[in-house]
Amino acid sequence: MKFAILTFPGTSCEVDMHHALSTVVGGESEIVWHKDADISNYDGIIIPTGATFGDYLRPGALAKSTTLANQVVAFAKTGKPVIGVGSGFHVLVELGLLPGAFLMNPSLKFETGKVNVKVNTNTKFTSHYDENVVIALPYAHQFGSYYIDEKTAQQLQDNNQVVFTYTDESFNSIANIAGVVNEAGNVLGVMPLPERAVEEIIGGIDGLPFFESTLKNWSEQ
Amino acid sequence: MTKVNVYVTLRESVVDPQGIAAKEALHSMGHDAVKNVRIGKLIELEVESNTVEADVTKMCDELLINKVIEDYRFEIEGE
Repeated sequence: MKFAILTFPGTSCEVDMHHALSTVVGGESEIVWHKDADISNYDGIIIPTGATFGDYLRPGALAKSTTLANQVVAFAKTGKPVIGVGSGFHVLVELGLLPGAFLMNPSLKFETGKVNVKVNTNTKFTSHYDENVVIALPYAHQFGSYYIDEKTAQQLQDNNQVVFTYTDESFNSIANIAGVVNEAGNVLGVMPLPERAVEEIIGGIDGLPFFESTLKNWSEQ
Repeated sequence: MTKVNVYVTLRESVVDPQGIAAKEALHSMGHDAVKNVRIGKLIELEVESNTVEADVTKMCDELLINKVIEDYRFEIEGE
């Protein structure tokens, strides 16, 4: 199966994503610029991080103005996998493919480091992790505070749609949510960056099972 | 050309870290009178249209506003 790694003005981590998915894990992927793109022949989509459109207006919002936006929405409806990481998660909420919205970190600053998240292994993106495992993933963002109303947060938890949960109150995210999947289970958003944790030489391999799960489970479709 | 001011505010349930920081700064300067600060934004539009109100509403709904976290109202100059 072949993934398209979508890039917009301001996207900056497409090469990291391509390296993780294709060089390290052995999947097939191509970097695709948003203009004149045709994503219909791909089997999956990844929107990598970087401040898409400079985070102008709201993080991820201006991606809605591209012709690719409608294609991504239509693609998601086919049931094929769509993954948004970091700023890519911002884009998915702004496109309405995932619930919620993002606010500035409580520190008001761009922050980077490593954060612990608990993994829900009951998704096609995470099944290769050990049950209830806590992993450490790098993060890099200014708009990392996930907001959703309490009722929807409860629904997400009841439906088993919360995929990654911070082990503390990092970034003041509602219900400590770090990653969610849509109701159909094919659209995933995650704020920490699994592609930066795929080799020991870069400080850890806790992101590897994410790519292994994704490739294996979605190839079997 | 019609000028339109769109006022964007954070919904009541949303925590505003910028507002909190500004309030604390005001307190440290001795402005104890201020009890709360919420920071929104003003979007100034210049619109050429015979259906300004409908057009601006559509622009807000489609792009300018995210209703998960924001409320808005707008004023059309001269009305």
